[in-house]
Amino acid sequence: MGSFILRRIIYVIPALIAVSLISFLVIAVPPGDFVDRLAEEAAKKGDIMPLAEIEAMRRAYGLDQPLLVQYWSWITGVVLRGDFGYSFGWNLPVKEVIWPRLGLTVVLSLASLLFVWVVAIPIGIYSAVRRYSVGDYIFTFLGFLGLAVPNFLLALALMYVAFAWFGQDVGGLFSPEYIEAPWGWGKFTDLMAHLWLPMVVLGTSGTASVIRVIRANLIDELHKPYVTAARAKGKGEFALLMKYPVRHAMNPFVSGQNDIFVDIVSGGTIVAIVMGLQTTGPLLIKALMEQDMYMAASFILMLSVLVVVGTLLSDLLLAWLDPRIRYQQG
Amino acid sequence: MENLVEIRGLRITFAGAVDVVQGLDLDIPAGKTLCLVGESGCGKSVTAKSILQVIDHPGRVSGGSINLRQTDGSVLDIAKTKPTSPLMRQVRGGDIAMIHQEPMSFLSPLYTIGNQISEALMLHRKISEKDARAEGIKMLEEVGMPDPARRYDSYTFQLSGGQRQRAMIAMALINKPRLLIADEPTTALDVTTQANILDLLGELQRETGMGVLFITHDLGVVAEIADEVAVMYLGKIVERAPVRELLENPKHPYTKGLLASMPRLDGDFKAPLKAIPGMVPPPALRPAGCSFHPRCEWARKDMCGHVAVLETDLGANHMVACHAYGPQAHKFSRVSKVVDVGAPVAVAKKAVGKPLLSVRNLHKHFAIRAGFFQRQVGAVRAVNDISLDVFPGETLGLVGESGCGKSTLGQTLVGLHRADSGEVQFADIDVRAAKGAEAKQLRTDIRMVFQDPTGSLNPRMRVRDIIGEVLQVNGNHSAAEIEEKVQGLLARVGLSPDYAERYPHAFSGGQRQRIAIARALASDPKLVIADEAVSALDVSVQTQIINMMKELQAELGLTYVFVSHDLGVIANISDRVAVMYAGRIVELGETDQIFRNPRHPYTEALLAAIPGRGARKTGARIRLTGHVPDAAKPLAGCAFADRCRYVTDACRVNVPELRGEGNHLDACLRSEELKLRSVSQTEALVSA
Ligand SMILES: Nc1ncnc2c1ncn2[C@@H]1O[C@H](COP(=O)(O)OP(=O)(O)OP(=O)(O)O)[C@@H](O)[C@H]1O
Ligand code: SF4
Ligand code: SF4
Ligand SMILES: [Mg+2]
Repeated sequence: MGSFILRRIIYVIPALIAVSLISFLVIAVPPGDFVDRLAEEAAKKGDIMPLAEIEAMRRAYGLDQPLLVQYWSWITGVVLRGDFGYSFGWNLPVKEVIWPRLGLTVVLSLASLLFVWVVAIPIGIYSAVRRYSVGDYIFTFLGFLGLAVPNFLLALALMYVAFAWFGQDVGGLFSPEYIEAPWGWGKFTDLMAHLWLPMVVLGTSGTASVIRVIRANLIDELHKPYVTAARAKGKGEFALLMKYPVRHAMNPFVSGQNDIFVDIVSGGTIVAIVMGLQTTGPLLIKALMEQDMYMAASFILMLSVLVVVGTLLSDLLLAWLDPRIRYQQG
Repeated sequence: MENLVEIRGLRITFAGAVDVVQGLDLDIPAGKTLCLVGESGCGKSVTAKSILQVIDHPGRVSGGSINLRQTDGSVLDIAKTKPTSPLMRQVRGGDIAMIHQEPMSFLSPLYTIGNQISEALMLHRKISEKDARAEGIKMLEEVGMPDPARRYDSYTFQLSGGQRQRAMIAMALINKPRLLIADEPTTALDVTTQANILDLLGELQRETGMGVLFITHDLGVVAEIADEVAVMYLGKIVERAPVRELLENPKHPYTKGLLASMPRLDGDFKAPLKAIPGMVPPPALRPAGCSFHPRCEWARKDMCGHVAVLETDLGANHMVACHAYGPQAHKFSRVSKVVDVGAPVAVAKKAVGKPLLSVRNLHKHFAIRAGFFQRQVGAVRAVNDISLDVFPGETLGLVGESGCGKSTLGQTLVGLHRADSGEVQFADIDVRAAKGAEAKQLRTDIRMVFQDPTGSLNPRMRVRDIIGEVLQVNGNHSAAEIEEKVQGLLARVGLSPDYAERYPHAFSGGQRQRIAIARALASDPKLVIADEAVSALDVSVQTQIINMMKELQAELGLTYVFVSHDLGVIANISDRVAVMYAGRIVELGETDQIFRNPRHPYTEALLAAIPGRGARKTGARIRLTGHVPDAAKPLAGCAFADRCRYVTDACRVNVPELRGEGNHLDACLRSEELKLRSVSQTEALVSA
């Protein structure tokens, strides 16, 4: 197991290097840079920047260096000093903008994932065991709806319902008075009160697909010979269901979790804009439009790291759940 | 009620109101082994499962009673007990336990075998986890698991087939059940492992005095283990008697047919076998009257086709359900046709003349890769320095335990694997160097038939295209010619010509194997390599195929290499036999020489492991322990040394060469001095 974990972690490193390089290049390669954008803005106001000033600004920001040199100084800063560079757009070090947002993104994504599990696992098990019952049909129908309705539409609908019927102000993750407030109990409860809506929105399509996955896996497992064998030992039906078929059906489920996590992280952007969430998505869009390159590259890098770590965790979980993986590849 | 279990009028129904079992009566005595025999699809397994109420959905017990005598003398009708009730759960695993054919799928790979064994104990007894572990390890020791304390924490995929079956037996016996139901527990095992497991079950039964219901389709196993036998056909018991009586004096035509179609190892091995015609129909098409009548040679249309059969008691515990023994017995002559000898049994063809296929020092190794960069860390020597000749018109049998390299050898010969070194000469062609026209000729001259006819036939092609494919690919045949050829081949293998239009899924296993053989014959090959071609088939169908292959050989002058793990089949079909062990040929000779005068200790042990050799009465059993050595490890000396009862120090140093006088060769350093046992010296299964 130890060597298995080590191997998996080592496999992750080249992936991270590739991801950081690509995210940097994707931002830097399009023609023009942040200084051009600035000059354009200035020109619009009728204030033509002299060429010398533009060049001086480039030099100051290090934008005159070859791309690979820029990448190298950026990535060594990230890795060695936790320094993500400077955001031109915010006039702040990137890390000061990025960490709080990233924290909220993680919280929201995990909450959505948890929501998916708590709702989908019991329903999936129920639907498989009571296949073709009325309940199964109802859940299957709801599942189709959940998959078919786009996230932003669901977000709008739920916001409307929450506002119109419960009078709740549901935009954002905080009430206005807490946005700038330091962390404390009040801010925490305020976050929880706002979190449920984006959580449901982000989790819905994942829930629908997880129900389908669990139902299908479990139906396959329910009539496997080892189930008959355990029943023939005298095990009670519920304990039997949990120990054998459900546990077996968990494996393909766990390996599918990563995709759902990726969906949630990436799907967060549009929903966040619609709902005015203080997560990473809206910021990323802004940074991309302004060619605020360190900002954008850092965001993409951190989101990718999140996804890579998610993959790693689900692989490790799978190995922990399934001795065949542990012993045969370890 | 004196029996442990008495089943009366049992009826088991599946979806669509199909009765798989219809009115079955069966008594299971306490403290004895009752064997339930019959071909596949007769309802043996569902009957066994019904006793525990664990039939898979949508099957259910729809009538009759299953009475279990409790320890306090009262009687519990299992058929009337709710499957999920606590009472039923107490019976399952407590009073009645079950073991199955395939431990790999009946044990979960996600939990250690120890977990699953102690689970069985803790479901029925209040016991701490620690004590359960101790008991589990003790039980593993009792079932002969090597190194039980360590194996307790193993997963199924870390164990060999025999060890898995031992784990399953330990799990079933840990609660000391009064009845053990064993559903084909040895069918998936090698003959040598099977012998060990049968010995173990016999011992455990004698020690614990439990009753055993043992399900099998193999009459050799019956002879080995049964006290009483019940023969089942389409959901009914058709004959029942004590084992000797049934084997020596079978009454029902179905029992007689099963015995006659079984390849035997006494008398003349090569005597043609008599097959039961046709096959078991699906339960939905159960014939009226006596359901066996379409396949019965005694059947009288006026009676058997519509009058239901009743049981007749012949005395001495012998019961039969057949009109020929009932009130109307006088209307039946009860004469069975003697086996249709057909062409005079070819006197064992001598290995003479110029070989058709000549193999010299053939090697085929598979690389083992491991580690970070998947470097090659070793090699499995699946075929290790093999030399042999196959002569025109003969059948060479290839036997050995699973994993010994039989299939790899066959596949290398037809070019499915690339040999690493060595020579293969076919007629005048150097097989390993053949290109162009020569390669094409090899593809038509050497053909292969596989074990699994379902997997080897493309489900999306019509039978015509499956058979005719090789002609279409290899050239100059018009559509009309191909059509004619296909029709001829279908007739040859005993199938109706209009089957050409159908797809493979519309056929039974036996019919598919006939199609596969027709496909192999389409290019008029000279050599056919049959890899376990009859292993997946029921004995009666197996016999039909073997007989057909022999006829085709006589008519067309074919040469066969016949790979099988079944020594009975090998003895029946082969002119010469090569015994393989760990990638090498350890003995090679004429069939008679191998079976009556074996020279290699491995051959002796294989022969001794054949069930039904009467070995259970004698103390001097030859049993192989352990398994085929890890083919990845380089070995010094004789590969068989670790399992050989005659091993000496010299054996671990010198590699024995395959040598000998005339055409009987062996690879044992001590073959000159040893006197080995053959099949004819042990008591053989008595003929019907
Ligand atoms: N779950 C099921 N659904 C429908 N039919 C079934 C089911 N299980 C078994 N059958 C049918 O019941 C009949 C008896 O099956 P069973 O497995 O008891 O035969 P068997 O004598 O044990 O055969 P084998 O030697 O192949 O194990 C077969 O025709 C089979 O197709
Ligand atoms: S009852 Fe008739 S058909 Fe059935 S086994 Fe007896 S003789 Fe054959
Ligand atoms: S060489 Fe030695 S170990 Fe090998 S089979 Fe002969 S006696 Fe046994
Ligand atoms: Mg069966």
